[in-house]
Amino acid sequence: MGGIPHDHYEPKSDFTKGMQKRLPVIGLLYDTLMIPTPKNLNWMWIWGIVLTFTLALQIITGIVLVMHYTPHVDMAFASIEHIMRNVNGGHMIRYFHMNGASLFFVAVYAHIFRGLYYGSYKAPREVTWIIGMLIYLLMMGTAFMGYVLPWGQMSFHGTAVITGLFGAIPFVGEALQTWLLGASAVGQPALNRFFSLHYLLPFIIAGLVIVHIWAFHTTGNNNPTGVEVRRTSKEEAERDTLPFWPYFVIKDLFALAIIMVVFVAVVGFMPNYLGHPDNYIEANALATPAHIVPEWYFLPFYAILRAFTAEVWVVMFAEWISFGIIDAKFFGVLAMFGAIAVMALAPWLDTSSVRSGRYRPMFKWWFALLVVDFFVLMWAGAMPAEEPFATISLIASAYWFAYFLVILPLLGVIEKPMTPPATIEDDFNAHYGTSDDAASAAAPTPAE
Amino acid sequence: MIRTLTLSAAVALGFAASPALAAGGGDSHVTNYEFSFEGMFGTYDQMQLQRGLQVYTEICSACHGLKFVPLRTLHDDGGPGLPEDQVRAYADFYEVWDPTLFDGEGDFRPAIPSDNFPAVTSAAAPDLSLMAKARAGFHGPYGLGINQFLNGMGGPEYIASLLTGYEDPPSCAPDDMDGSYNTVFAVGGYPDECKNEDGSHKYPGSWISMSQPLYGDDVEYADGHSASLEDVSIDVAAFLMWTAEPKLAARKQAGMTGVIFLTLLSVLLYLTNKKLWAPHKGKKK
Repeated sequence: MGGIPHDHYEPKSDFTKGMQKRLPVIGLLYDTLMIPTPKNLNWMWIWGIVLTFTLALQIITGIVLVMHYTPHVDMAFASIEHIMRNVNGGHMIRYFHMNGASLFFVAVYAHIFRGLYYGSYKAPREVTWIIGMLIYLLMMGTAFMGYVLPWGQMSFHGTAVITGLFGAIPFVGEALQTWLLGASAVGQPALNRFFSLHYLLPFIIAGLVIVHIWAFHTTGNNNPTGVEVRRTSKEEAERDTLPFWPYFVIKDLFALAIIMVVFVAVVGFMPNYLGHPDNYIEANALATPAHIVPEWYFLPFYAILRAFTAEVWVVMFAEWISFGIIDAKFFGVLAMFGAIAVMALAPWLDTSSVRSGRYRPMFKWWFALLVVDFFVLMWAGAMPAEEPFATISLIASAYWFAYFLVILPLLGVIEKPMTPPATIEDDFNAHYGTSDDAASAAAPTPAE
Repeated sequence: MIRTLTLSAAVALGFAASPALAAGGGDSHVTNYEFSFEGMFGTYDQMQLQRGLQVYTEICSACHGLKFVPLRTLHDDGGPGLPEDQVRAYADFYEVWDPTLFDGEGDFRPAIPSDNFPAVTSAAAPDLSLMAKARAGFHGPYGLGINQFLNGMGGPEYIASLLTGYEDPPSCAPDDMDGSYNTVFAVGGYPDECKNEDGSHKYPGSWISMSQPLYGDDVEYADGHSASLEDVSIDVAAFLMWTAEPKLAARKQAGMTGVIFLTLLSVLLYLTNKKLWAPHKGKKK
């Protein structure tokens, strides 16, 4: 599979030799687990394992929950309470599933920003990046539809708001919204199809995760230096890498265990911390909650959606130039999806010759500002749509787009990057010193 | 930079509580009462739940149902812990609709422990099963809600504060206002006469359609506990926390067990990882 030279699986017994001829599944597993991995990976490279684990956790708890859940507008809310009160261990399974969604997004945002800082999206890893973005989109769809299932007040009115976004699309919007909901308003058809899709999409995500792993196993992992593993000979490659098993499996499991301590503490001691009290009120179409606020992981993009009101000159211009087809509502929808689209296009917008942000003195600061911007958007998304939050949202949204569309392309031209170390081995030795078994010919250079 | 990102991930959890802030009540004044079930080791006070059950039964149940709560759970450990024969006798007080009776036409019959508390719809009053989780009393510090870890979300505090929050309406209010003035209830009607020129309210709270249900000494407790207005309100609020979260004790126990075992596992994995990598790392220069 991989482009990095390494030992492949050699079957020893008659059985494994026979298997290798007929179905080389042991060889596939061996090559996947023993993949040469850059030995200088830091602690930001643990989120992949956390995400894989969380996907498994969500699928397993979800399958059990489905056994006791009823997707009917009159019974869904009661069936959740049935799970919480009558099903053995049901309250723990449901709280794990509910908070598992938040763990999923904490991990995926860390994973995405890791990729943005260390240039993991850059050639030749564009396909990995794009598949990752597809997984992220599917995660958002799955999480949204899962939030509808308890059929609480926030579920119901949140669905009305979110599907209303599609209604903002010119000409086809209303028809599209009706098609999505299966009716002109949120009701039984919507609940049934969201239930069906909430069960289906995680398996599509699982399939894409396999392709995601396949893609980066083909190109090899990125690493904090952004310098590629030497591939001219197996000996050189081995000086830059260590096999995934056991070195990175144990390291990742250690990180996962610590994250699970925090996660289990949240589930055990404040399981409703990340939820809305309103969702413990059964859905009622006639009583709209005072503030409809999405779950925390949607807030940054929700802020972008709301930022572009009819008073913003860009919106006025778009409306004028399009003869009124692009109104403020549709502009907001375009901006929200556009915010994710520009992130997906990062491989082609970043013009820098140096991959890792570690060696880009100007990029570092712009990137740090992007991280701050993300949290500002998250905070602004939770606030009511009034001043000063509207202006703050607008400025923060503008920076989000400016980062990807202006700053990334320009920095590659005007920035003078530092010289990264020649090899991964040099970087590793600069951090940990030269060990006995890895005596290096090259002189170590300071990495940071 | 790694540290920045890791911190960011941690802060993400903190920011996440702001929606709870935005969805919350407004300028109501919820008193932070001390409850036995707060904190990592907090559990329900069995006697308090039994007192709260008495208040619910004698007063609240006239208008409010508990339709999601199975009567048998009154016997549960960590809950009110009534003996089984008492649960049967208690269930017998209620009538439930049974569609299998009377040749499939349905009829009322006395409830048995496997039934839920009946839903009460006559007074158009909300069901109370989940009320303590459907209201958030406080969100601090700074709207981050981290104090939930120690204090819970403030649902029972909100209920107790609301029950003790009835006052004579301010003189600016017209006599024909619907409902009763309550200093804690934030989402009811509010007369224009009591607003400042900028539209802000001169007085906290608003008008609630429920007339004052408790005045103190409404019930006589078998255990001789004081039945002042505040005590009765706190007791019924604690009981409603139990109806909303009956598995609280089991959940915290599972959480504590999980945290201890996973911490142990983390230590073992840390040592394994350190030993595993040692031969590949030289001495730091």
